Parts: sequence; structure tokens; C-alpha cells
Amino acid sequence: MAEKGLPLPKATSTGTTIVGCLFKDGIVLGADTRATEGPIVADKNCEKIHYITESIRCCGAGTAADTEFTTALISSNMELHALSTGRKPRVVTAMTMLKQMLFRYQGHVGAALVLGGVDATGPHLFTIHPHGSTDKLPYVTMGSGSLAAMAVFESGWTANMERDAALNLVKAAISAGIFNDLGSGSNIDACIITASHTEMLRNVEMPNQRVTKERSYGFRRGTTAWKTESVRDLIVSEEMTWVGGDAMDTT
Amino acid sequence: MDRIDFDRLKTGEVNLGTSIMAVQFDGGVVIGADSRTTTGSYIANRVTDKLTHVHDRIYCCRSGSAADTQAVADIVHYSLQMYSQTAGEAPSVHHAASVFQRLCYENKDQLSAGIIVAGWDEEVGPSVYNIPVGGGLFRQPWAIGGSGSTYVYGYCDATYRDGWGRDETVNFVKNTLSLAMSRDGSSGGVIRMCVITEDDVERLFVPGDELPKFWEGREVLGAPAKAVDHGVVPMAVEA
Repeated sequence: MAEKGLPLPKATSTGTTIVGCLFKDGIVLGADTRATEGPIVADKNCEKIHYITESIRCCGAGTAADTEFTTALISSNMELHALSTGRKPRVVTAMTMLKQMLFRYQGHVGAALVLGGVDATGPHLFTIHPHGSTDKLPYVTMGSGSLAAMAVFESGWTANMERDAALNLVKAAISAGIFNDLGSGSNIDACIITASHTEMLRNVEMPNQRVTKERSYGFRRGTTAWKTESVRDLIVSEEMTWVGGDAMDTT
Repeated sequence: MDRIDFDRLKTGEVNLGTSIMAVQFDGGVVIGADSRTTTGSYIANRVTDKLTHVHDRIYCCRSGSAADTQAVADIVHYSLQMYSQTAGEAPSVHHAASVFQRLCYENKDQLSAGIIVAGWDEEVGPSVYNIPVGGGLFRQPWAIGGSGSTYVYGYCDATYRDGWGRDETVNFVKNTLSLAMSRDGSSGGVIRMCVITEDDVERLFVPGDELPKFWEGREVLGAPAKAVDHGVVPMAVEA
């Protein structure tokens, strides 16, 4: 169809920086908040860290609709799985569900994901590519800003980091994406998952706030001169007709 | 089709442009692989584990599309678990290789997967099976695969001998993979190896800065020119 001059419809894409990082007692996930449609910024403050279960979260890059709906579907299936087994669900379970779905769709579901969480077997961090391949690593990046973010991780990551050090590293990695990648921008979202608690830090940093204008560009009243003035009443005639009129029976 | 289509991967697909290998010896098999996973020119994972467990004493080495080979290995892993639970015995390496082959052959139009299956079983002891991209099945004493393998066929033919022990086989795998990784841009990182014997599965790891070294080049242009004595005597000219 594209060859016959009928271009494919453009999808809203999260030309994105998303990252995940293992630390001493859990996982930190991070994301920027820019969504794009070609060269247009479609949403300046979207949420890319999706809920899977209370202690498993998933960052999405690629086609926005696909990441949104695949994570919602897997989240739903994980809840049903938890209910039927009576156990807290595992990160590998979510990973397997996601990779089998993406493989079935042979890359047509354009979801590139960073999946992280803590379960009975400890903390786990995965990347899932649109064709359904997965990797398990201690620090991961995805999206168009992944190269900039990975450079930060490769120079700054160490094993057994403290919570604050890991959060700062994730912030630095997302900042590298926001400032060096055109597809990424706006604010930083982060999510800290430990065995006992999950903390969603929405807009943990906002380095691109609009400043108030130094000057007002409004024109002073009376700037434009005129020769004549004509004020017209837009209501030419008005007529009222009462409908009904029976008083309410209150006997 | 008038020519072989080497460009089978879809754009943006994660590729295991790989060097993988498996060699049998008297007591078991040694399998090995590099650790590089690429998307185009970007290394998506520099410490990948391409040696995948499919049963207690059966492993496979994966090359080609990461998504395809992972999906196939997961199905075989499931199938062999079902087999050992229902039959009450461990599957043979040939059985595992046949399941791989059936999946690779019947879906050959949709898959790009080159797999080496190796392990130890009760029937024949150690064995190595090669399943290249079309879905064939070949038993070999040694097998190499992936994009890096093309550089080292000659080395393997010249070096391999029957009747090696464990340590000689491990060194052969280590040296071959190091040579392949140094010539193939799509291979690199570290070497991961497994020694599978009747008793256990031993994992070996060679860091990227401890790979066996071979000839690595020499400065030619900067070297001083040497006067060469060709032994030629100028012709005597009469006065």
C-alpha cells in the first residue's frame, strides 16, 4: 500500500528513554514523560511506568497504544493468576506471558518493555523486545534514548548500591535521554520496588518547567486607532410563548 | 528464488550474530558460545547466555534470531519435561534434537534459527547434533555455528583429533571461539562454556580480557626500511 502512495497511518509513539536498575534491596525503574507523533510532542507529561501487580511494574517504549494495552492485559491476567493460585505472582510469570504474546504477534505489536519487580525468589529485571526476545541483566535501558542512558549506567553502576545512589543514577540516566535524545523530554518518573513496599515517584524531577514570561506581549488598550464605532444589538426581536401553564395539583 | 536469502531477519529484530560450538569427548561434551547480542550496530547485551538448558544433561547453543531461538528452546524445554514425567526416564539427546528439528523444519519459512544440541544420555553417552537454518539434523563429533563459525572451519579441521580428554577439548573450544570472536564483528564479549558429563554440568567462564591470544598484527608502514642484499654484483664496465 505504501508503494502505491498510500502511507500507513502514523501511530503515537513513545520515542522514549526507559531504564531499570538493580540495587541492594530491590529495583528502581525510570522513564521520561514525552509522547510523540512524528515530529509533534503529543503529550508533555504522559505516564510510561505501568502497573502489573503491586510489586511488579513495567516501563513501555515503542507504539504507545501497544504498550498501554499489552501491559493492561498482562496485569489483568496476573491478577487472575494470583487469585487462582493463591500466591503472590512472580516476575518471570509476567515476563513469560509478555514474551509469548509478543512472539505470537511476530513484532506487529510494537512494544519494547523494561519489566522489573520483587517476588518470593528475589528482585528481577528484564528487557522484552517487540519480537519476543528477553534478556535478564542488572541494569537495562530501552527506547530511542537507550544509548545515552546506557552510557550513564556503564560508567556509574556498581553492585549492591544504596537506595538513594540507585535513584540518583536512574535520574542521571533519564536526564541523559531527556537532554541528548530528541525523542525524549519533559519530566522524570521513577518507581522504587522493594520486598515490602512499592513507591511510585511521579514527576520526581521536573527540569523543563516553563518559566513565566519576562515581558507581557499584550497590547495596551487603545493601541489601534479607529474612525467609526458601531455597536449592534445581536438580538433583533424576542418573543416568549408560555407552554402548558397548569398549576401543580397540591390537593 | 534464484539465490539464497541471507537477509532473513526482519528490520529491528534482535540478532544473535554469534560464534557457538559443541565438541564431544570420551566422558562427555563441551559446549561454548560468545556473549554478544546485537540490534543493528548496537550491542543489546554484552553478557548474554546462549547456552540454554533444555533438560538435566541436554543443552543447546542458539544462533540466529533471539526471539525465534528462545521460543523454540522454551517449547522443547516444556516438551522434554512432559516426556520425562510421563515416560519416567530422561530423554535421549537424539530425542531432544528431533523435537528441535521438527519445530525448525515445519516452521522453516518463519524461523531463522541455527541450533546445536549437545548432551549426555544413557543410550550412547555424549553426542552432538547440528540443526542448521533449513531444519536438517546431523550428528557430528564437533559442530560450530553462527556468523563467526565461517572464519574457523579451517582451524577446526586442522586441529581436531579423536580421543581427546576433557581439558584438551575445553582448550580447543576456548581457542576456536577466541579466534572466531576476533575476526567476526557480530561476535565478542566473554566466552561461556559448559562441560556436560554423566555426573554433572560444570559451567566455565572466560572474561573478555583473559581470552587466549593469537597473532594480532604488526606495524608495517612505520617500520624502518631495511637494505636488502640480493647478492647481485654490478656488471663490470670496461674503462
